[in-house]
Amino acid sequence: MHYQTESWNSYMSQKINITNDPLQHIERLASENAVVIFSISSCCMCHAVKRLLCGMGVNPTVYELDQDPMRGKEMEMALMMLLGNSCTPSVVPVVFIGGKLVGGMDRVMTSHINGSLVPLLKQAGALWL
Amino acid sequence: MQGFKAAPSPTFNLTNSDMFCQSPFYLRDNEGNRNVTSSYADLGELEQVTAGGLHQESVADLSRSSMYTSTMMKPNNVPHFTNALPFGVLTTSLGSGEMGSSATDVVDTGQFMFQEVVQVNNSTITSTMVDVGNCGVLGNGHFENWGDSYLADHSLSQRTDTSTDVDTNDKYQFCEGRHESLIVAESGGVQSKGICHDQKALRRLAQNREAARESRQRKKAYVQQLENSRIKLAQLEQELKRERHQGSFVGSGVSGDQSQHANINGASLAFDMEYARWLEEHQRLINELRTAVNSHLGDNELRVRVDGVMGHYDKVFQLKLIGTKSDVFHMLSGMWKTPAERCFMWLGGFRSSELLKILGNHLEPLTDQHLLGICNLQQSSQEAEDALSQGLEALQQSLSDTLSSNCHGSTGSGNVADYMGQMATAMGKIAMLEIFVHQGDLLRQQTIHQLCRILTTRQAAQALLVMSDYMSRLQALSSLWSARPKS
Repeated sequence: MHYQTESWNSYMSQKINITNDPLQHIERLASENAVVIFSISSCCMCHAVKRLLCGMGVNPTVYELDQDPMRGKEMEMALMMLLGNSCTPSVVPVVFIGGKLVGGMDRVMTSHINGSLVPLLKQAGALWL
Repeated sequence: MQGFKAAPSPTFNLTNSDMFCQSPFYLRDNEGNRNVTSSYADLGELEQVTAGGLHQESVADLSRSSMYTSTMMKPNNVPHFTNALPFGVLTTSLGSGEMGSSATDVVDTGQFMFQEVVQVNNSTITSTMVDVGNCGVLGNGHFENWGDSYLADHSLSQRTDTSTDVDTNDKYQFCEGRHESLIVAESGGVQSKGICHDQKALRRLAQNREAARESRQRKKAYVQQLENSRIKLAQLEQELKRERHQGSFVGSGVSGDQSQHANINGASLAFDMEYARWLEEHQRLINELRTAVNSHLGDNELRVRVDGVMGHYDKVFQLKLIGTKSDVFHMLSGMWKTPAERCFMWLGGFRSSELLKILGNHLEPLTDQHLLGICNLQQSSQEAEDALSQGLEALQQSLSDTLSSNCHGSTGSGNVADYMGQMATAMGKIAMLEIFVHQGDLLRQQTIHQLCRILTTRQAAQALLVMSDYMSRLQALSSLWSARPKS
């Protein structure tokens, strides 16, 4: 696996201004890297989406919400609101590419099958060919 | 005249084998008929005493039949019984309605039943009487032999008071008669032969009573079970009828709610039936497409047919979504597919990358663009399948870890909580399985749609025909294999 997992401690020490609104926080995190995945470490669908992107040669930035004791829960709530009606029991995984929301596993897979994922990744600078 | 109705104690549990269970309840009749009547079958041994009271000889009979009890009555003949519950079940029995209407009479008038247990041992006949009341009617001097189990303490003091009443009052004839037998019993503390015979008879009768009661309870339980089964059968039949009726609306799509309300078996059966119907319709549409292709119809006509087949494919994915939600294991098992198809199954359906490989070889000469498109499609579907497979493996591993933790086999209340927690976690993982199967179906659906998008109408029509023929051959192979002559 070649994705980097941000440790929250180092993150906190780097950033001085931490926005309190979880949604803004999510958007800030999402815009910092080409491919950002919000995940939960025990979720197997998150594992699948990580495998998919890594298998394509992408190096996504993964935030494990269950490993953030302070803000994890509220970020999860914010993501749920962002995604609208989530028919799955868990909102994660949520994928952002180039700062823009792509969605869950179904959206990622659909865009991959219809061929729109690769151009999106290239555009965001996550893939080079 | 006081009357007594005998009633059994249904909840009376005797564990001490030395205890002689008498356990009849004698209810005071409101009318005051001094009948000793048996309301319950297991008191069959109890002789019906004619109205007009108990005579001495009948009382003696009663005593021998062991179905007697004694009531303790106040001199003014209003007995007050309170339940001191030596055996703990009297009040519950009272409330249990087994006493029938007479019970309510008894309760209403504030009269109580009590039960007497006659303990037969070598030396004494002891009786436990549940009474507190204010009388101890059973005569003078006999109580000494009745031992520690006798509860009514202050009634003892009244013994002497009422003993004369006992002797003289004809209402106490019964007790008096009983006293006679007891007098016989206690004289000298040695059991005469008559009493010995009585003991055996008493014991045998009590055992018979117990056996009869047990067999009645067993019968009751059995009848109850039969009733439940009958109701369940009626329910299942109704559900089946409902599912069949629902299946006729397969075109408009069965509402997910109704499938979920049916039980698991009903849902699996419903899916199987609807899938079979879908297959028939699919075959019909494919045949129409084939005639259209062979007769070289125009592209517009062909497009209509292709879209028809595609729309019909969407219906099966809708069916599968409902089926997965109601019974994911049935979908995963692939029992709704023929055996040969099942062999190639992946995550509850066909493997789209495989299908694309087959198509690549059998379509008309494709332009480079189309070929590239199909290759890309094949690659992306392969990648998606691999990702889902790995996610599924992780899920299986996680489920296995959950179920195998704390398998120490030790007992303890803490472990029960652990077990329940484990099960709850495992249930959550099974719910995750539903999502995986759904993603698999989504992948299949997307792949087919993308295929039709990148190909021309004619090519798409051909592709659909090739796919359908391949599936049909697998199905035919299954039939041939199952019908093969076995050596």
